[in-house]
Formats: sequence, C-alpha cells, structure tokens
Amino acid sequence: MRVSEKIIEGLLWLSAVITILITIGIVWVLLSESVSFFREVSIVEFLTEKEWTPLFAVKKFGILPLVAGTFLTTAIAIAVALPIGLTIAVYLNEYAHARLKQTVKPLLEILATIPTVVYGFFALTVVTPFLQSFIPKLAGFNALSAGMVMGIMIIPMISSLSEDAISAVPKSLREAAYGMGSTRLQTSFGVMVPAASSGIIVSVILAVSRAVGETMIVAIAAGQQPRLTLNPLVPIETITTYIVQVSLGDVPHGSLEYRTIFAAGITLFIFTFALNNISFWIKKKYQEKYD
Amino acid sequence: MTNSESNRLKDKAFQVFGIFCTFIGLVVLAIFLFNILEEGLSRIDWDFIISLPSRRAGRAGILTAWAGTLWILVLTAIIAFPLGVGAGIYLEEYARKTRLANFLEINIANLAGVPSIIYGLLGLEIFVRQMHMGGSLLAGACTLSLLILPIIIVTTREAIKAVPRSIRDGSYALGASKWQTVWAQVLPASFGGILTGMILSLSRAVGEAAPLIVIGALAYVPFTPSTPLDEFTVLPIQIFNWTSRPQAGFQTNAAAAIIVLLLITFLLNGIAVYLRIRQQKKVKW
Repeated sequence: MRVSEKIIEGLLWLSAVITILITIGIVWVLLSESVSFFREVSIVEFLTEKEWTPLFAVKKFGILPLVAGTFLTTAIAIAVALPIGLTIAVYLNEYAHARLKQTVKPLLEILATIPTVVYGFFALTVVTPFLQSFIPKLAGFNALSAGMVMGIMIIPMISSLSEDAISAVPKSLREAAYGMGSTRLQTSFGVMVPAASSGIIVSVILAVSRAVGETMIVAIAAGQQPRLTLNPLVPIETITTYIVQVSLGDVPHGSLEYRTIFAAGITLFIFTFALNNISFWIKKKYQEKYD
Repeated sequence: MTNSESNRLKDKAFQVFGIFCTFIGLVVLAIFLFNILEEGLSRIDWDFIISLPSRRAGRAGILTAWAGTLWILVLTAIIAFPLGVGAGIYLEEYARKTRLANFLEINIANLAGVPSIIYGLLGLEIFVRQMHMGGSLLAGACTLSLLILPIIIVTTREAIKAVPRSIRDGSYALGASKWQTVWAQVLPASFGGILTGMILSLSRAVGEAAPLIVIGALAYVPFTPSTPLDEFTVLPIQIFNWTSRPQAGFQTNAAAAIIVLLLITFLLNGIAVYLRIRQQKKVKW
C-alpha cells in the first residue's frame, strides 16, 4: 500500500515537473539554434539592418522590418479592441441589466473560440474588399484589415478581464460617487475605471501579447513582404508570418535560412515573455489593494 | 443648457455607444457566418466529405483533412489528458507551499502565454528532428499536447479546488489513504469540471494550424493516415492552403471547409457549456 502510494505520488510529481521541462526545452531549442545563427550573422546587423532578405540571393538579416510589421498589426488590433472592449466592460457593469450581462458574455466568448485561420479568411475575402471600396489605395494584402480582424478577435479578452477588474471594485466607491450626485458616466470613468486600472492594464498587456504571437490571420491577410514601414495600406510581414513562410518552403535543415526562423522565434519569445511577466507583476503588486 | 443637463446627455450618449459596442462584435460575427454559409453551404455534399484533395477545385474534397483532424484530436487527448490532470492533482492535492510549487505555478502561467508558433519550433526540433518522428501525426499530437497542457492543468486545479475540505476529511476519517481519497472522492466530485476543461482544450487544438505547419504537416496528402507515424494534414491547414490560392473555386472550397471546422468547434464548445451548466445546477455542497 505504502509503496504504490509513493509511486503514484511520484508519477503525479513527474507530470507536474514536465511543465518545467517544456520551458527548458523552449529556451534551449531557441537559444541553441540562435547561437549558431549569430555565429554567422552579427547581432549588430540583426538589430540595426533595415532589410530582411534571407531567402534572396543578396541576404540581409535585419529583424526590424518584421518587428515593425508585428508592431503595426498589433497596434491596429489594440486600437480596435481597447475602446470597444473597455466600453463593453463598463456598459455591462454600470449600465446593463444583470440578465443582459448574463446573455451577452457567453455570446462574446464565441468570438474567442473561432479558429484564427477562419478569421484570416474573413479578413482577406470580406474585410479587405469592403475597405477597398472606400480606400482605393489599399493593397490586397495589408496590415489594416488583418489588424482590425485581430482586434475583433481579442475584444472578449479585454472586455471580460476588464469586466472582472471593474466588478472587483468595492460597491462603496460607486455608492459614494452616486451620493455626490455623479451620473453613471462620471461614476464609471471618474471612479470605477481608475480604481480598476491595474486589472484593465493587465488585460491590455495580455491582449498585446496575444496579438504579437498571432499567426494565421496575418499570414493569410497581411502579406509576406518584410518592409520597414508604418503604412497600414501596403503588404508587410510579421515575425510569425515569416516562420510560417519558411516552414512551407523547402529550406534544408541546418542551413542558415533554417536558423533564421529560430532567431525570429527567440525575438518573438522575448517580447511575449516580457509582456506576460509585466502583467503578472502588476497583478501581484496591485491586486489586493481593496481587500 | 445647464451643467447637469449636459452631463445627463453625455450619460445617455455613452449608453447608446455602449449598446453599439456590445453588439458590434456580434453583428460582425453574424455577417461573417452568413457570408461563409452563403459561399460555402452549396459546396458541401457527400462527395466533398469523402473526396481526396485535387488540383481541380471542383473535384477536391476534405477526406484527408478531417481524417487527420480526427487522428490528431484522439492522439492529443491520449497524450495530454493524463499528463494535465496528473499535474493538476499534484499541484492541488500533494504539493506543499514550497518554492517548487510556487515556481511551477508561475511557469505554467507563462507557458499559457507562449505563442502557439513557438510550440511549433519546439516540436520541430525535439519531436521531428531529435526523436526522428518526422512530420507525422505523432509529432503533431505531441506538439499540440504541450500547447494545451496549461489549459488542462488550470481547469483541473479549479475543479479540484471547488471540492470542499469536508469530503476529504470524511474520507480520511474512514481510514482511506491519500490516493484512495483523491481517486474515490475528489476526482468523481470534480469530474464535470475536469471534463469541461478537457473539451475546451480540444476545441483549442482543433483550430490550430501554425504549430502544425512549422513541424511540417503538409497541405497536400494524397491518402488518409492509417498509423500515427503517417504524414498528415488537418482542416485548418487545408483551409489555409485553399484560402491562399487565387482561383475563386478554391475560395468556395475554403468556405465549405470552414463550415465543417466551425461545426466541430461549436459542437465541442457547446458540450463544454452544457456540462458546465449541468454541473452548476447539480452540485450544491
């Protein structure tokens, strides 16, 4: 009896510790291939060169165009999702009836369950032609429609996390604001949103992290042309799209081109890792303020 | 207009804007679903379901794609469920508040935030190269298992946490050992919640294309896989491939395949929601 209890505990321990091995695996894989990459390409060129052409005859290895593409689509997505998501959170908490809230929340969650490849199809075949009807200069592949559709996808992420943050604010604050004669709008943006600001910031950071790592929408709708620009109307390429592009081609294992996807991958990983940990830190530091 | 009148007007205006924002996402969703149905529904027939891929849009089908998706789901479930539930049980029932437990917790939260394409790079190097699995179903399932592990662990922990202390104490008082208590009391009591998490994690896995493209799943596979070591494609990759072709016929195919993929996704999510509601109604500790 004793022995089998110990064996079972050991097995359970092992399955928990595997999660640490996954992290070690990710860091090791990204680092080891990137180190080989940076033996051939100087890190200064990687960070300062303004062109990214590893698959061409004249190879240039500047990550900036891919970072710019990622930044651009992410910024557009947040510009769509933050105002809408935050308004939904405030509206559902401060204005809507409890029953409406109960019905709408699960419906909004549907947006988050749709596979991203489906959103990509939507961006390319519906949103881009629609936008082209009043922006004639818009290219067939562009950051604008990919970013906007990505924004729609992450609305529920911002709305539900912000909503949790706002409903965690003690009732007494709201009642005090009403007691002073504030309208619902003044109460919302003068008292509730500032009081819930740490939770709202966390929701935005997590949404940014999600948008930075999003792959299929941008791979389908934003193009495959690395370009150092902030113009949302032309084709660009994100870090994630580049990894997909190389994976679809015939790049031999062990070549410099093969290693570029790991150099791109580690760049992406550093961004998302930093964002996630900033959000944990904020959560931990400010969470228990009202308890 | 007095100050208070203008404030009231602003308040009303925001209310209208709030309703607008709340429903715009849903309206877009509705437009989108309508669009997909309009374009793809007429393309779906029995031939489309049982045909192999083809260079001619009108003859191409999704047999290999949904067969691959089904294989991947089953293999991923076999690999990920025991690991995820095991880890959840360990963290909730066995781990003491040690440094290791604390570190494990932060680590799992971090893994949940790693982009799926990074898991693809991990799978490419570890499963495809080091373990020589190639671009096989097994390599794909292993990769997706790691991807959904954090989801299963977190939902398992939440489900176990909801089981009250008194049930464990009662079990111990009758002389049960730790594992007997977990196996015969805690797990049955939290089974609904754990199952919900499992299904949600599968609905995440079924829509993933990026990590599978990175490990080398192909868009064109001329046969249905018959062993876990065969090459494969899945519905999302087939959709991606058809979407990236310029001919209109393939766009229609993509829309039709999307309908099938959405059916699977909504079915899985629907089951999860149903289980959750039933669980909430049934369990009153």
